[in-house]
Order: sequence, then structure tokens, then C-alpha cells
Amino acid sequence: MTTKFSIGFLPLVDAALPILAHVHGFAAEEGLSLELVKDVSWATVLDRLLYGHTDAAHMVAPLAIATTLGRGRPAQPLSAPFVLGLNGNAITLKSDLAQQVAPEGALGDPVAVGAALREIAMERKAAGHPLCFGVVHRYSSHNYMLRYWLAGCGIRPDEDVEITTVPPPFCADALEAGDVDGICVGEPWNSVAVERGAGTIVLATAQVWRRGVEKVLAMRESLMESRRGEVEALIRALHRAARQFVDPEALVTNAAILARPEYLNADVNLIQRALGDRLLLHKGGELIHFPDFMFQYREAANFPWVSQAQWLYSQMLRWDRTPYDAGDEAKVARVFRPDVYRSALTGTDAPLPGASSKVEGSLHQPMAVGTQQGLITLEKNAFFDGRIFDPHDLAGYLARDAYAK
Amino acid sequence: MRIAIIDESAVRASVMQEGLAQLGDCEIFVITERRGLVRRISEIDADIVLMDLGNPSRDVLEEYFAVSRVLARPIAMFVDDSDEESIGASIDAGVSAYVVDGFAPHRIRSILDLAIRRFHAFSRLQTELSVAQSKLAEREAVDKAKRILMQTRGLGEPEAYAELRKTAMNQGKRIAEIADAVVTAHKLIGGAA
Repeated sequence: MTTKFSIGFLPLVDAALPILAHVHGFAAEEGLSLELVKDVSWATVLDRLLYGHTDAAHMVAPLAIATTLGRGRPAQPLSAPFVLGLNGNAITLKSDLAQQVAPEGALGDPVAVGAALREIAMERKAAGHPLCFGVVHRYSSHNYMLRYWLAGCGIRPDEDVEITTVPPPFCADALEAGDVDGICVGEPWNSVAVERGAGTIVLATAQVWRRGVEKVLAMRESLMESRRGEVEALIRALHRAARQFVDPEALVTNAAILARPEYLNADVNLIQRALGDRLLLHKGGELIHFPDFMFQYREAANFPWVSQAQWLYSQMLRWDRTPYDAGDEAKVARVFRPDVYRSALTGTDAPLPGASSKVEGSLHQPMAVGTQQGLITLEKNAFFDGRIFDPHDLAGYLARDAYAK
Repeated sequence: MRIAIIDESAVRASVMQEGLAQLGDCEIFVITERRGLVRRISEIDADIVLMDLGNPSRDVLEEYFAVSRVLARPIAMFVDDSDEESIGASIDAGVSAYVVDGFAPHRIRSILDLAIRRFHAFSRLQTELSVAQSKLAEREAVDKAKRILMQTRGLGEPEAYAELRKTAMNQGKRIAEIADAVVTAHKLIGGAA
């Protein structure tokens, strides 16, 4: 007897785990019959989730937090018991701009690219025609990564440069038409822009924060409670899909599945590139290998660290320009649910961290961490500017670091 | 009252426009062009904005409204203060509505109901059209397959049709599927379809 469980998604490479859990039968083995519901805007993914058209959704992590806090629409508590992946996004600039700020044929150093970009940004601002960047959603990791990097390089978002929302499928068009000078988006959309000669990839977001949280599996908190058994079964199925996703032998098959019309409906070669951590930075160039461009499995990547949610909240306060609120922070800390993740995977071979939070950005070399099951060695997780985020001192972090513009 | 309809399908937008025109005191603006959306919306200064759920630009519009909350005429989503039932109905139909804060709720309700009906009407039309089109395509395939059998095997028309029907029955498939297979096979071995 299988139970139906529907999951909303946007056609992006990092919707891979629910799709693969379905197609490879991992969900069926857990007694779930997945129905995947494709949409083309986060607003519609969220509408369907909130009004019960879907049971769960592939979602940009900050949107789950914003919805819980009632930013943009009435508050509805969401839960994220599983992280669908870290990073996997890139910053693509119009090619003439890229030539001025980044080395040719290689990803640049974020500090050096930022310094060069700052000069141009200031010239453009002085000329009354500031640089403009497109991000996929106001409440997206793309927006926060881009802003964190710009601000850290002395380029003030909203003051020195403009940042606007551009839906992923329109990113290449917007670059080509000159509506924006740069975009921060997930795959395959950077590569689509490159293939069309509309832009050049200058940075991967993994260079801004080596282990930045990206999409989560989000659901209504009430649904997670009432269908707890099914949710835990889904987590096990997704975890198996994650392990299969990083198996090099499965790469070609998985790319072909994701490329299907009902899923991404995209060029299989571009998807295969992203899955293999390979990037073509500019049209006619050579493929480069950037290890861990997408990060879906190792180091308990799917574990929802509460500190990740808290970092996103710090950026939400910073860019919505709203004051810190201890009550809100408590709500945010409840969105990511490591307890549900542990409960689902106890007794499997998945390594389970003993702690629910960690100091983000503090690791510069591999370090073994305490677990309640299995072994985990965390590698470098630094921010590009070397700052450290201690979740126990969020207010202090905001006062000290984040507002330093 | 000023209503903006944002829809990349010009046909559906006109179905909506025609429906809302019945309301009388409404001025209706249709935006089918993706570029410059935010500028157009701010120029129109609408009381109500209707947009199809399948439009990727919803996130763009919502960002604009979020920013405009600090402006003189803040815009809220209709869902902000509405009952679950009508929200469900609008999502089923595939239309989203955004309304200037404080706008008379009963007026919104009647406009949204109308929008929902027009959206349903449009999708019915589309389904009927695609059914008609696929029936037509099937008939063409069967005709082609009959001609191929008549030419290659020297059968008369009734025999050719009987042959297709028999094969379909034996294989548990529809005649149109067998006809497609015949046409494809014929093409592959170099015959003119």
C-alpha cells in the first residue's frame, strides 16, 4: 500500500533529489508514491504549498524562513527537515564587464574581482547609470550571497548598485538585452547564458561561502506533524537519492532523467556539466572543473543545521533593514528541523551529527565532528572574507560585521 | 476601478478582458509583454492586478509590491485577507490576484469570481481544441496508412482498413497507434508518406 505525496518544484538542477527519489524508485520502496508538480515561479510553488495543492516543496531556503515570519504575506509556519543541497549557483556578468574584472578562462578570486568591479560600479554610479544585478527571488540564497559578496567588497547594494528580481528562464534574455549587467542564478541558467554568448561566469557562489545552504524540502509545520511517518519515509528516500546523485557512474543516467520534458526540459549536456561540477565560463572556452560546485551528499550536507537558518535570518534583517527580534529568531530556529532528520535516519548508515548548530565559516581545514551515528569530517566552510558566524551571538554578529558597509 | 491583466497568452487575456468588461465601471489594461512589466504596472496604477499562475514573472511582480508597501498605495495579495475557499478556487483555476489595500472586499470577490470563471472557460476551450486537433491528426494518420497498404499490398480500401483494425485488436492497441507505426515504418524504409 503506497501513500501519495506531492512535491512542488521549479525546473532547476537542484530539484534533482525528489525527482531521482521518484524515478529510481527509492520513494516507492519507502511506501510513497511521489507526484511532482512543476511550476515556473516561487510564488506559485509557495501558493500551492500553503493551500494544500502540494504536500511539500523544493524551495529556496530564505523563502521558507520569510513565510514563517510573515514577510511578504501572512505568516504561516513552515518546516524544513531536509536540505536538498548546498551552493550550485554562479555569478555571470555581461562578457564585456567580465573581461574588465575577471581573469580569462578561470574563476577569479572573489576579493580581486570585487575590487575591480567596485571601480566600475562607482564610475557607473557617478555617471547616473548604476550597475544592475538580477537575482531569482528577493528571499533567495542567491540574493544574500550576491549582497554579502558585494558589500564585503565595498559595493553597497541598493545604494551603489541596483538589485532586481529576474526569473531564471529570463536571465539570459535580460543579460542580452542589457536590462541587467550581471545575474546570480542556479544551473542550467548560467550555462544557458554562456552558450548564447550573453555572459561570462566569473564566480561560483561556493567561493563566497564554501558551504552555503541552498534549497530545502519545505512543508507546512502542521502537515509535518500530522504525517510524520510519511515525512520520515520521504527523508530516507531523499537521502538514498542524494547518495546515488554523487555516484560518478550514475551521472549520465541522472542527467538524462533530469533533462526530460516533464522535469527540467533542458539541454542534457548542460545538466551533465553541472552534475559533474564542470563549468564553461565563456562561449568557445574550455570546460573547467570546480570541485563541490554542487554539494548534495558528503559531510551530512542534507542535515538542516539550525545555524544555517540563523545566518540566513541575519542577512534577511540586514537587507530588509529591520531590527533584530529575539522572538523571530526563535521562530527561525524552529524552521530547520534536525530532530526530524535524525529521527528519520536513525538506524540507517547515514551519519548523524550530535549537535544541531555549528559556528559557520570557522573551518579552514578538515575536522572530525561529534556524531551520534557514523563518522563525519567537515572540510573548509569559510566565507570569502574570513568572517565567522557564531549562532549564539547573532545580534553581536549583526552589530559588528554585517552592518559594516 | 482600474484592473490590470498580466498574461503572456494574448488569447486568454482577451477572454478575461471580455468577461470583466461586463462589470461596467471598470477600466481594463492588458499586459502581454514581459519586458518593462514593473514600469507598466506602476504607470497603470491599478486597483487590482490579475495574473496567471503559470507566469514566471510573478516573483518580479511580488517583489515590486513588497517594495511598494512603503509607498502611498500599498498593494496586498488578495490572499492576505480572504477565505480559504476562494483562494483554493483561484489556485485551481490558475489565476492570482493582487489588490490595493483596503479595497472593498465584496467588489474584489465578484471580480475574482468572474476571473475564475473566465479562466475555467478558457481552459475548457483549450481542452476541446486539443481534443479536436488530435482527432483530426489521428484521422489523417489512418488515411495515410490505408493508402500505404493499398499501394504496397494491392488491397482495396475496406480491406486496408480491416487489416489495420485486426492488427490493432490483436495487439491491444488503438487503430491510430497502428496507423502511426505503419506511416513511420514506411518513411523509414524510404517510401513517400
